[in-house]
Amino acid sequence: MTTAFAASAREAGDPQLTPPRRGGRRRGWTPYLLLVPGLLWLTLFFIVPLVQLGSASLQSQWPGAPGYYYRDVNVGNYVDALSSYGVHFLRSLAYAGLATVLCFVIAFPLAYAMAFKAGRWRNVMLILVVAPFFTSFILRTIAWRQILADDAPLARTLNALHLLPGGHITETWVAVVAGLTYNFLPFMVLPIYTSLERADPRLLEAGRDLYADRLTTLRTVTIPLAAPGILAGTLLTFIPAAGDYVNAELLGSDTSTKMVGNVINSQFFTVLGGYPTAAALSISLMILILVLVLGYVRRFGTEEVL
Amino acid sequence: MNSRRPPSDPGIRSLISLAASSGLSRRGLLGGGAAGLAALGLSACAPPAPPSSAGGAPVLQLPKDVSDTEKIVKFANWTAYLDYDDKTKTYPTLEAFQKKTGITVTYSEDIEDNDSYETKIEPQLQAKQDIDRDIFVFTDWMANRMIQRGFVQPLELIRMRNAANIRPILQDVSFDPGRNHSLTWQSGFAGIGYHKGKVGRELKTLDDLFAPDLKGKITALSEFRDTVGLIMLWQGVDISQSFTEAQFQKAVDEVTKQVSDGQIRRIKGNSYLQDLTSGNAIAGIVWSGDIAQLQSNTKDDNWTFVMPESKGTLWSDNMMVPITSRHRRNAQKLMDYYYDPLVAAKVAAYVAYICPVEGAQDQMKKVDPTLVDDPMIFPTEEYLRKETRSFRALSPAEDQKFSQIWSKAVGN
Repeated sequence: MTTAFAASAREAGDPQLTPPRRGGRRRGWTPYLLLVPGLLWLTLFFIVPLVQLGSASLQSQWPGAPGYYYRDVNVGNYVDALSSYGVHFLRSLAYAGLATVLCFVIAFPLAYAMAFKAGRWRNVMLILVVAPFFTSFILRTIAWRQILADDAPLARTLNALHLLPGGHITETWVAVVAGLTYNFLPFMVLPIYTSLERADPRLLEAGRDLYADRLTTLRTVTIPLAAPGILAGTLLTFIPAAGDYVNAELLGSDTSTKMVGNVINSQFFTVLGGYPTAAALSISLMILILVLVLGYVRRFGTEEVL
Repeated sequence: MNSRRPPSDPGIRSLISLAASSGLSRRGLLGGGAAGLAALGLSACAPPAPPSSAGGAPVLQLPKDVSDTEKIVKFANWTAYLDYDDKTKTYPTLEAFQKKTGITVTYSEDIEDNDSYETKIEPQLQAKQDIDRDIFVFTDWMANRMIQRGFVQPLELIRMRNAANIRPILQDVSFDPGRNHSLTWQSGFAGIGYHKGKVGRELKTLDDLFAPDLKGKITALSEFRDTVGLIMLWQGVDISQSFTEAQFQKAVDEVTKQVSDGQIRRIKGNSYLQDLTSGNAIAGIVWSGDIAQLQSNTKDDNWTFVMPESKGTLWSDNMMVPITSRHRRNAQKLMDYYYDPLVAAKVAAYVAYICPVEGAQDQMKKVDPTLVDDPMIFPTEEYLRKETRSFRALSPAEDQKFSQIWSKAVGN
């Protein structure tokens, strides 16, 4: 903009407005130099691996030598992967969707309370939400395995009341979804809290003053104000949850709760010659999530949410 | 230290030479860098060919050995697998070796499980890049893959006098007859483990394990050579001899049935111990050494390991020299040292697995007399031959087929 302006000023023959050349050049360079570290990082750790992954997903097995491949365009890998593991895809989406909804149901009142009602407890609550991050994700999930164990109070009580059909909580889909909800809850709470905290409380008061009942105020004022946070929160919860395999591995069973991440893990690490399948599944998962997220953002990512 | 030493990574080196040769400018560096990166990305895409794609045995090209000038050896092992002195924070037997030979040993507990360590080093081994380790330790079946793929150096047994001390049953294993590429580090059993108090009776066979009252309280190992191996033995198949895919499939079907009936609760790796301690499981297919540790950790003598009447599995972890190592002679000296019966007894007293060294039992009198007659450390040859079998080495095609079948069976 500045240089364009300067150029037109030069053409107009106004020497007063011509800036010193050196300064102008330097300004032209700086943004690109600032981009260099980021671009290098992206190229090295995103684009190169992505190209590799794509190429691995299309390679074929060397005849008679499992574990060795040659470069190829073998679309059959995708067909095989999706026909064998379509169920796991659906399961991942269902679990992640369910966990996202549960996270929202828990997070919204919590964030609302923190933003408007907590007073001097606000910082304490904020710390309590973030504190679990100080321990490793894996350790916390293993801890849940112990909390939900058969000999632990919860399962014992439920069993005594005959409320537990299978006799145990772990190794069920309920445990997997609960684990996902627990692990990704802060990613929902924090963005919603940030949105609400920035909102002007006088707008909510105005809603009441204009004779809206509590529910209408919530629907027409509070939630639209929190919309950017809700959008960010649902994405930050859904995307990692759909690719997660730790919860299904630690809390789920061997029959009917494995997610697509578990399949990728096992094809990559334990099945000899499973690389192309693992790569095809990874790429498919990425595309699927991208499409879903784009659709979602196009639908809800405007000012007039809901 | 020479600070101008070029980086060892060939990719980076080529980038630097590219930059140096092209009259360096910032823009030029960026452009060249991008081109170099793209080339790097594409060349890394090309998958390596199998070692013997032309047919016949792979021809190994050994790197030049520099053991005489560089007196070092780097040893990658599993966690808690070597005698350790908590007070001095050292490994006593390693210290003694360094004093005796003047060779500096870097010992690292790199290996958590076979698959992930193998996946980590495989690209470098295929590209013949130094993995910076001179000894690594893999379980039989992975050792089999490593040898088949030409990833390990043959051992100069003539320079390793103590290697002849290996227990006869471990000498002619199916994946490395005559032990020309590998030496056993430690061995162990898989069998039945259970809590006597909670089960309330003795378990002797897999039928006992699959009894209705233990429904949902049974755990099994994710290592199929142990879980499926035990079930095949139970079904009357000798896993150390040739068996068919149908026989393997039949045993896997049994596992699938027990899992979907809810008899077997989970199939797990090392983490099954947590289920035993938390009460999620009270019995299962387990590794012998774990039950011994559980006993001492929980101070509960109710934990029992039994060999099923239909036989248990015998597995080993094996030391090998990676194809990229330039310190093979030093590595061999270290392996040879651990086959000295007295040294082996010292390690066995600490790790409590089956000691692979003949004569260590005698030397144990000097180390810890209470362990001399421990059948879990020094089982008799007769016992091993009668009560246990080793899962035979699979061909690459079988390996692929069976790992795929197993992966499906555990829900993946």
